[in-house]
Parts: sequence; C-alpha cells; structure tokens
Amino acid sequence: MDEGFEPTIIAFVCNWCTYTAADLAGTSRLSYPSNVRLIRVMCTGMVDPKYIIKAFLEGTDAVLVSGCHPGDCHYINGNYKARRRMKLLKTILPQYGFDEKRIKLTWIGASDGIQFAQTIRDMVVEIKALGPNEAKQAAVV
Amino acid sequence: MAKTALYNLTDGGLQASLASLFRSMLEQGLVSAVMAPMRLSPGGGVMQTLVTDPAQMDMIDLFAPSFPLNAARLVSRLSKKPTGGTVAVVLRPCEIRAHVELVKLKQGSIDDLIVVGIDCPGAFNNADYGKIAADERAGFTDTFLSAVLSGETSFENGLQLSTACRACVHPVPHGADVSIGIFGIDIDKQFLLGAETEKGEGILDALGLSVTEAPDKRDAVIESLIATRETFRNEMFEATHEKTDTPEKLANYLSGCINCYNCRVACPVCYCRECVFVTDVFDHDPYQYLRWARRKGKIRMPTDTVFYHITRMAHISTACVACGQCSNACPNDISLMELFSMTAHATQAAFDYEAGRSLTDDPPLSVFKENELADVVEVKH
Repeated sequence: MDEGFEPTIIAFVCNWCTYTAADLAGTSRLSYPSNVRLIRVMCTGMVDPKYIIKAFLEGTDAVLVSGCHPGDCHYINGNYKARRRMKLLKTILPQYGFDEKRIKLTWIGASDGIQFAQTIRDMVVEIKALGPNEAKQAAVV
Repeated sequence: MAKTALYNLTDGGLQASLASLFRSMLEQGLVSAVMAPMRLSPGGGVMQTLVTDPAQMDMIDLFAPSFPLNAARLVSRLSKKPTGGTVAVVLRPCEIRAHVELVKLKQGSIDDLIVVGIDCPGAFNNADYGKIAADERAGFTDTFLSAVLSGETSFENGLQLSTACRACVHPVPHGADVSIGIFGIDIDKQFLLGAETEKGEGILDALGLSVTEAPDKRDAVIESLIATRETFRNEMFEATHEKTDTPEKLANYLSGCINCYNCRVACPVCYCRECVFVTDVFDHDPYQYLRWARRKGKIRMPTDTVFYHITRMAHISTACVACGQCSNACPNDISLMELFSMTAHATQAAFDYEAGRSLTDDPPLSVFKENELADVVEVKH
C-alpha cells in the first residue's frame, strides 16, 4: 500500500440537505479531509449514472451520492430514484472489478453538519485502505 | 391455460402447411395482415415481410436459421398507433420478450396484434447463415430442422448455432397469443398449435381445429433442451467474467470497438430516439482531447468507448433479452452478447426482474418504493 496515497472522492450532494450540511460543517469550523470534491446538484434524483461511470473511468477513487433522508426529499421522491440507480451501479460496476465500497449512498440532513464531516473522514480512511481506483493505471476511456 | 391442437400437415410439408394456416387466417378475415419471416425470392434471404394478399403467402419460412434482426422493433413500428385492423406477427421467443419490454416502455402495444410465437430452433449468426445456406436456401430450412430436432449441434463445416441461441434458456414462446410448437412433435406429420390467451383461443376456434393434448414427450424434450442450454450459458458467463473482471481487462475485451454504435442500433430495447452518445455532449472540442492526453500521457482514440458500453449496461441491462443481435451487428466481432447477457443476468436478479417475463412487472428503473433496498444505503451513527 502506497503510504502517500491520497484518494480523490467525488461527492454529488443535494442542494437541500447534504450540501447545506456541508455548509454547516464549514460555518461550524468542523474540519474534514480535503480529499472530497463536492458537486452540488439540486437533487440526488438528477445524478445520472453516466456521471458516476465517467468519474470512475477518469480515475476517481470513490463516489459519494448524498441527499435527504427518505420522506424529506425537496422534490418528494428524487432520493428514492437515486437509491434504485445506485443499486444498479453497485451491481454493474463490481462485475468489472470496481470495488463496491467505492460507490456510496448516504442520507445526510441539512442540520447534520457533524455527521457530514464524520462521513467524509470515515470514507477517506476506508478508501485509503482500499487503495487507488482499479482503472487508474489502465488507459480506460 | 393453454388450449392445444395438432395441425396435420398437408402434402407440401411443414412450410406449405404453415403457409396455408396463415392464408386461411387472412381469407377468413381473422387478421388484416400477417408479418412473418419469408424468403424474398426463391434463392434469396429471409426477412420479416408484411403480407395482406393470401396468394402471396407461399414463401413463408418461419424456422429458417436466419435471424437478421430482432423484429420487436418492427412490431413496435406496427403497433404504436392503431391500424384499424389486427395484425398477426410471427416472432421468436426473444422477439416477443423484447416487445413486452418495449410495450412497458410505451414504445408499442399488443392491443391490435395477434402474437404468434414459434418454438425456436435457433439461428446462425448472419455471416454463418450466408455461408451455410448460400446454395439451396429454400430446402435448407427442412434439412436444418430435422437435424436440429434430432439433437444435432454441429452443421456443415463444423458451424454451430450462434452463441446467443446456444445459451438461450427461453426456446419456447411465452406471452404469445398463438404458439407454434415443434419440440417433441413429429414434424413430418404435424405441428402443435397452442392458444395461450383468449385472443388465441378465438383464432383456434375460428380455424375449426379440435383440441388435442400435446404429446407426452414434449415437456421432457423441452426440459432437457433448457437444461443443456443453461449449462452452456453458465459456462459462458463464467468464461466472460474471467475475461472482464478488471477495468483493464474490460478495456481489452472492447479494444476492437470503433464507436460505430451498430450494437445499439441492432438492440431491440435500446429505444431512445436520440442516443446521448451522438449528441453535443460527446462532440468534444479538439483541445479537450489534448487535455485528456496530457493528463494521462496517452488516450485511446476514439474515446468514450468503455464509457459507452458501461452506460448502455446501465440503460438497458434490466431490459436485455439476450437475443444476441449486438454481437451479430458488430463489424469487429466483439463478443458483446456474452458481456451484455452476463451483466443483464446480474442486474435483473438484483431487482428480482426478468426481461420479457410479464407485461405487469414494472421495469426496475421506472418505479420505486418507500421502504426498500436498505442494503444500498450507508447508515451512520
């Protein structure tokens, strides 16, 4: 295991819950690793599987999709749709050697700044242990 | 379910009797047209043909081991709006299953159709069919049928049926109104007509066929055929998994891909009018390629190849019926069917879904439930 390995995590976070939680973590001066690249989307229901596939082919070490708790979706049911798509990707990508642990879905509400910071910390530890994305070395496009 | 009747052959044999069956359906006005695989000229190839004139039914060739396209797409064209009449469409089981998926995706209907399903003896891939049947196409189907029904698996020059057909565990039509059975039937004398729906029973009644039980041995014949196929299929999945179980191996597997998208055109369930891969999203600026190349040191051109194939898995693997037309359409002989059906088998199992099984099971990505898939979500604290 490469000691200096710093994973890159692409996080698709919904405007109404997890992004707000990330904002809260920031304004509360909670610290969490800078390995994560937040991409704010209006709803997890708009995260096209293509975004996640592309992220992995471009070499991200993990993808986090995080939105509102069930029942709290600003658009009623976008998070339920996201959950089905994540199930699909968690079935497809591991067949081609992408570790399933690299594909995460969580629900983090707007007031859960502490939980957001902890989720990122835990994830960085987990992905560091897992090592770089399996596609990183190959010229896979 | 299922009323069955044995249809005794007339002098001309199986093909002539089938022609006369459909001829009488047209003459009696039971249907306004028949779409069935037909030889276009006596020495020509076989293609789905829409017939309204009973006198033009002679060159029907339902069992020719030629499968140039999955006809579900044609049926979708015929059925997306009412035609004012009923059309009988003669389909292989995988074509019926693909059509069922298309109907659920609002790309067609079954309302004005009589779906006639055949017991499918399988087909060669396009290139092999051309080689093997070049000289005597007309008589070839009969020779082929008696060989394949007696358990023959290797044909002239050692050619075999397409891999998709050898791995197919649905050789008997399911979801048809009328079925034409040949497995476990003495096809020198008769074939089996089955009615699976009320519409189908109406046709059988109108044709004045008396109900007869299928021969006892039929079920056993079908069961053993499926068992053989299943073994072959599972071995195929295993071998394919071995060849594609890392991103690098997958890229190698697909390395011959030239982004022609023929597989997507041939795919019966890839139904988008405009595929995202031909839109501006993928019309990259020239400097973009250079940026990618600089970042990685090198990039494969054309780009977005593995991306395209994995995206297609995400889009249609829940609807894939493993008909094998993707492999058939590939100019560079990439074994796409093996890859797609392996992936589709897993995704369909993940959602407890089977493409084409029923018109009432919702396509997995079209619905959701409040309480489900707890295993997908990471719960903290």
